Amino acid sequence: MPVEIYLNVAASGLLTGLVYGLMALGLSVIFGVVRVVNFAHGEMMTLAMYLTLALFAALTLDPLLLLVPIAAVLFVFGYLLQRGLINPFINRPEHSQFMLLVALALILVNAQLIVFGPDAQGIRTAYSFDSYQLGPLIVDASKVYAALAALVVAAALFAFFRFSLLGKSIRACADNYHGALVVGLNVKHLYAFTFGLGAACVGAAGTMLMVVSDVTPAIGPAYTLLAFVIVITGGLGSMPGALLGGVLIGVTEALGGVLFTPSAKSMFAFGLLVLVLLFRPQGILGKKAA
Amino acid sequence: MSGLLEGVPRRGLWLLAALLALLALFPVFAGGYLLAVGFLILYFAFVGQAWNVMMGFAGQLSLGHSLYVGLGAYAAAALYVHFGLSPWIGLAASVALCALAGAVIGFLAFRFGVAGVYFAILTIAFAEFARIGFDHFSWVRGSSGLFLPVANYTENDLWNLRGSPRMFYYLMLALTAGAFVLCHALLRSRMGYYWLAIRESPEAAEALGINVFRYKMYAVVISAAMTSLAGVVFAFYYNNLFPEQIFHISRSIELILGPIIGGIGTLVGPIVGAFLLTGLAEGLREMMLQLGIEVPGVKQVFYGLCLLLVIMFLPDGVWPPLAKKLGLHR
Repeated sequence: MPVEIYLNVAASGLLTGLVYGLMALGLSVIFGVVRVVNFAHGEMMTLAMYLTLALFAALTLDPLLLLVPIAAVLFVFGYLLQRGLINPFINRPEHSQFMLLVALALILVNAQLIVFGPDAQGIRTAYSFDSYQLGPLIVDASKVYAALAALVVAAALFAFFRFSLLGKSIRACADNYHGALVVGLNVKHLYAFTFGLGAACVGAAGTMLMVVSDVTPAIGPAYTLLAFVIVITGGLGSMPGALLGGVLIGVTEALGGVLFTPSAKSMFAFGLLVLVLLFRPQGILGKKAA
Repeated sequence: MSGLLEGVPRRGLWLLAALLALLALFPVFAGGYLLAVGFLILYFAFVGQAWNVMMGFAGQLSLGHSLYVGLGAYAAAALYVHFGLSPWIGLAASVALCALAGAVIGFLAFRFGVAGVYFAILTIAFAEFARIGFDHFSWVRGSSGLFLPVANYTENDLWNLRGSPRMFYYLMLALTAGAFVLCHALLRSRMGYYWLAIRESPEAAEALGINVFRYKMYAVVISAAMTSLAGVVFAFYYNNLFPEQIFHISRSIELILGPIIGGIGTLVGPIVGAFLLTGLAEGLREMMLQLGIEVPGVKQVFYGLCLLLVIMFLPDGVWPPLAKKLGLHR
């Protein structure tokens, strides 16, 4: 096979990887601050995908314009979830929190199955079949738009945490829980806000992913696992790590699909995860665990 | 034997004996569908008990126990299909294979200090790895599934595990009772106390001179080996195996619901949990059938709600408060 094919596949994997990275960023932000592993992450993403599907059918707006309202809906969902359901579990043992979110994931994925049915559904935009040519590379226009949107959202999130007062207070909570309480921060609200932000990330990622792929309820758990693989590879709690991990996994899966068989591609992601967990458990960009 | 009974309240023994008698007599007045439900309850009680050794006793959360069910099932079934070996010989291979798999995962995780949520995700990763791997493993027919030869059996052939559902019911009952006795003995052994110490605080256990690595390894290996037995029975009961089903993460989740709802770390919890969950789920299915509603996913939403409610309001599970009511707690 000529080299161009590999280059093309790698480029396509890189673009999809950026969207994966944004999804994983949501998981990483939640874990980094609230210290809860969102086991329902992929299910929240398929929720956003179905919302995109329904709104697109109703309004025939460009899905990339739907990004903002859907991220907002997911933000509210995440905020209320943390405030109502998860917050009482903050001081419970790890496995207890885990089980709570497993239960939530189970309900979400099967509720989607009941409402939307088991069949794969997708949307077709005006630019679904467009592509750009860059030298030997031919890339799908929709993937380029999705990846760019992912980068914009991620950059906005970075800026929020770096420069805004709210973002700074959230980082203060993550750094020192008791210190944050002492200086009078409303930690409960900030935790819920963070969970909302993580959910908004996954909502935005879901909207973009809808432009490039189909949705079935069954892919929810698969995306949860994928998000874990990405954040652990990149470093749980590290924001650049999540994006890097997303790109790495995107390219690995894409190349694995071409070099071996497409149905075995996630084996490479899991193989990578096992290696990272064993030799660098804190992830590529993660800080050494205290 | 007398050592085994030590410390068990008299009333508890009577209740256990009554339960065992009831379960033993169950097939006399129940057949067909009810017997199948009974088998499922015992199956989940057994695998729940096996998982509980790792999580409930030693505090290591595994979310990938479908790996051991699947490996156990495939090993025995493949040996039977390819070489005509009796499942009892295959069972030895299954136990050995799963003990080895558990040892490898445990060794890698515990040697490199992978713990807590990371450990749980590592167990999922191995199960998923196996699922996709078996999809492409042509010796066991890959994703098109491995089928065991089926015929109409006039008599039960226990040696080859070919026979009526009743035979499988009693086999599963024996396994479940055996697992209960084994876990009771384990919990009262020196190792059992070490496990509890490790579960409560690995650092403190280490400081007391317990070889934490070694006893965590024992927990994983014993749990994996026990789970593989359920896999073997599963394979010969259902006669078909698909990687997409048997290794799937939803299977791992399903089998841990019983002990969590019943009560993690208790001996009776997995049994109570299996009864409650399977009983309620099948009851719900029956009710929907009567009402003419047929929607996939309702059972899982129900599982999710049960889990959610128990986790929120009965964090120790159903059994501990119930035991207190019955005057069975020590």
